Amino acid sequence: MPVTVTIPTPLRQFADGQSEIQIDARTAGEALDKLTSTHTELRRHLFNDQNALRNFVNVYVNDEDIRHANGPDTPVNEGDTILIVPSIAGGAAVLDEIAGKDAGGPQAGMPALPMLSNEEVARYSRHLIMPEVGMTGQRKLKAASVLMIGTGGLGAPLGMYLAAAGVGRLGLVDFDVVDASNLQRQIIHGTKDVGRPKIASARDRIEDINPHVEIETHDTKLTSANALNLFVNYDVIVDGTDNFPTRYLVNDACVLTGKPNVYGSIFRFEGQASVFWAERGPCYRCLYPEPPPPGLVPSCAEGGVLGVLPGIIGTIQATETIKIILGAPDIMVNRLLLFDAWRMRFRELKLRKNPDCPVCGVNPTIKELIDYEEFCGITQQPETKPTMEEITATELKQRLDQGDDIQIIDVREPHEYEIGAIPNSKLIPLGQVLNRMNEIDPGRETVMHCKMGGRSAKAIEALQRAGFPGHLINLKGGITAWSNEVDPSVPKY
Amino acid sequence: MIEIADEHLREIRAHGERDYPFECCGLLIGRFENGRKVVSETYAISNAREEEAKRNRFLIRPEELMRGEKYAREKGLDVVGFYHSHPDDRAVPSKYDLDHAWPSYSYIVVAVEKGHAADLRSWEMEADRSRFNEEEITPSPFGRGSG
Repeated sequence: MPVTVTIPTPLRQFADGQSEIQIDARTAGEALDKLTSTHTELRRHLFNDQNALRNFVNVYVNDEDIRHANGPDTPVNEGDTILIVPSIAGGAAVLDEIAGKDAGGPQAGMPALPMLSNEEVARYSRHLIMPEVGMTGQRKLKAASVLMIGTGGLGAPLGMYLAAAGVGRLGLVDFDVVDASNLQRQIIHGTKDVGRPKIASARDRIEDINPHVEIETHDTKLTSANALNLFVNYDVIVDGTDNFPTRYLVNDACVLTGKPNVYGSIFRFEGQASVFWAERGPCYRCLYPEPPPPGLVPSCAEGGVLGVLPGIIGTIQATETIKIILGAPDIMVNRLLLFDAWRMRFRELKLRKNPDCPVCGVNPTIKELIDYEEFCGITQQPETKPTMEEITATELKQRLDQGDDIQIIDVREPHEYEIGAIPNSKLIPLGQVLNRMNEIDPGRETVMHCKMGGRSAKAIEALQRAGFPGHLINLKGGITAWSNEVDPSVPKY
Repeated sequence: MIEIADEHLREIRAHGERDYPFECCGLLIGRFENGRKVVSETYAISNAREEEAKRNRFLIRPEELMRGEKYAREKGLDVVGFYHSHPDDRAVPSKYDLDHAWPSYSYIVVAVEKGHAADLRSWEMEADRSRFNEEEITPSPFGRGSG
């Protein structure tokens, strides 16, 4: 039975310029299927990837919306007119997926926000009585999903506060195991958790805080191979990583998937936080186009960190995450917050999007994820040069026990020496090694060590370059290996 | 490219300021001319979103659009696009805007910062739905010199 389909003006270019097309069909759905199989270009503007009518596309049969009849199965009779009309929707770039699910959804065919149970209403009452959150905001939080990269120092307060606030789905990515040295700051883990996978321990704590939160654990290292597939399933990504390759990976994957990247980083007494969101402002690469040379910026394991610091930066990240979900007006886009705990000062820098940014600029050159280890210059760099002579802690102990004349030089800092030292070792911090070369007897065999073996290798290279004539050997694995293999009474740190 | 008189741009800005902190929206009525859109009038629409969502969403119901189209047709004109405001946000379409757009139409976005209209830009969606391209706004000859 021929019916007339009226083509809206902007879509006529995909229908050979026709304003009306006659089609034989029994239902409205069949008419649209036939229309779009003849004019395939039309299809993507009317249907989404799941072959459902786009939620802003309305179809009328003789002035009746088929949503109020039988949907696509609405019958059509000879002479009927099918009208395609968009409901024009749009809006500012607050969290699109979530804000799209607002209470006005049904007219536009959008999924509605989840309801709160009475128990949830009681739990979130301090949120609900603030107009900035209210019932709609709390339901947005429940509808939202957040992926946390890392469950360490930053991830600990983040996970706990996001769960407590009622974020509906939390993804945790970590492959690490809880170590005693984590407990000084990673308060999501407890003493009883040492040795457990961090995601298992974090899951227990989060479930205890709020059983309404759905937790998804990803026991894996974040890589270029898995990042995009992980990110697309979440609304907001929170970066709690401690290294540059992962930070650039998180940034690029966020830009490529269009997700906001809630950034935080910490070192010693200082922290930074921002929201990198390429659709609305700069990304991490606009701020730092290139990573620092490897080794220039020490990690927390090497440089230390005040235990409270990730608590402050992590809770700032949690705050911004919640604000993004709520659609708050002043999200920390275009701003970098700098915090110095030792001086107790906050400062703020204005950031600008870099039009030449390789990933979010006008003409991006990075269109897929790259090898970030290589980008940060840390691929397969041997810890020590192959020519450098090494000794294991066990071998050193044997030789000392058999009475060999070996002098041991410790190149760590004095405050590290205080924690524990190898007996009869002499302390010459790395920075003073060349100036105090004369204190090392070139006539004796010399073993140099530090915490892990890195700094002592640098010391040996520096001494050899400076022409030191003696026999220098590096202690493999440093005092940590000594504690593991020889003397467990020496504390590890 | 979209041709629109200064007075119509002023109307759009004023509408954005009037409805701040909520989003305003309206139709652009005129003609499609060889890939160009010539706006001859704006048609304000009341934002159909409920209070909470109006800060960052607008919705023009199909009945309202049909009313607008009928009005345009009576004058021998077409709906050639839409305008809306972004309160305290940039005049750049969001992903949400992209998901809800059709090609050919012009989408004018005006940023309203703390109640004052600022940047105003016009966008057209790429035919493959991948992105919005900014389009040039040229003053309409009718609008020139009209104060």
